[in-house]
Amino acid sequence: MVNYIWVFMTIVGFVFAMINGTMEEVNKAIFDGAKEAVTLCIGLISILVFWLGMMRIAQESGLLDLLSKLFRPFVKRIFPEVPTNHPAMGYILSNMIANMFGLGNAATPLGIKAMEELKQLNGGKNSASRSMVTFLAINTASITIIPTTVIAIRMNYNSASPTEIVVPTLIATIISMLGAVMIDRYFYNRRSRKG
Amino acid sequence: MEFLSLISLGFIPVLIGFILLYGTIKQIPTYESFVEGGKEGIKIAVSIIPFLVGMLVAITVFRASGALEALMNWIRPVMEAIGVPAEIIPLIIIRPISGTAALGMTSDLIAVYGPDSFIGRLASVLQGSTDTTFYVLTVYFGAVGIKKMGDALKVGLLADVVGIIAAIVVVVLVFGAQ
Repeated sequence: MVNYIWVFMTIVGFVFAMINGTMEEVNKAIFDGAKEAVTLCIGLISILVFWLGMMRIAQESGLLDLLSKLFRPFVKRIFPEVPTNHPAMGYILSNMIANMFGLGNAATPLGIKAMEELKQLNGGKNSASRSMVTFLAINTASITIIPTTVIAIRMNYNSASPTEIVVPTLIATIISMLGAVMIDRYFYNRRSRKG
Repeated sequence: MEFLSLISLGFIPVLIGFILLYGTIKQIPTYESFVEGGKEGIKIAVSIIPFLVGMLVAITVFRASGALEALMNWIRPVMEAIGVPAEIIPLIIIRPISGTAALGMTSDLIAVYGPDSFIGRLASVLQGSTDTTFYVLTVYFGAVGIKKMGDALKVGLLADVVGIIAAIVVVVLVFGAQ
């Protein structure tokens, strides 16, 4: 899908430039866009290095594990079909915590592990179980505690207060998380009524 | 809403302080762990360069040609009727599909309209508060061989809609409209 959107924007841009006579601007845009992207990534290095460094300390000191213990009772209620001490629960929790702290790279393998365990719980079938749908819903609406990349971009473009969006983001993300859980429940109830 | 900015301001120092003290109490080599983790940050920043170059070139071409403006003029009446700036629509469309593409759009919106404008703030909150449904769906289900997705896509996309509405409402309430 992203392939089509990408090609669409570029080609439509060229066609429009031909009609509108904006070819000169478009030629400039190609090089400006590329340059902008690289400058932006260089600007991101600072905050990514700092944040992932901090997170490594949190990980090695066991702070992230402690957090996942804290969230366990809450998560247990969202996944009634997963036994409390099943490894799936552990992976689900670690994945959520990693997502919360913006550790996308660490979250993905944990999420796949969680899916594997959930698949086994479901008897290895190739259809999605209730818990799998729930897990996906939660993941796509993942709670973000600190949106580091966004803060870095805002700093790059000289925001008067790059971090002012932290609390609004947190509120929005909690609402979308609750929404995800409720929508998931709704569809589950609808499925079970149909039998 | 002054106090919300105050919390936003104090949040990061408190969190960092807590991480550092906790690590020290647990006798972790804090500085060395920090450096190790930091190395990964460089890798990530460098690895997203090609994604962003591709996306930002496409977006800037689309804008410079006048095509974006034409699209905006076309959808503006509908969007303004519900109080959403038309400029944000491309980001909303691409957010569930590709994380790096959305990142490119967010930074483009922030660059063009300014980080402290209504659109800049809305883009910031949107980028932070929803995730890429299609990516998660493809990667997670693909990796373990799930063929029948059930309601997963529907649930994921509806959750995105809730997230987008929540982001708009929260930004309007906290920072005021436009």
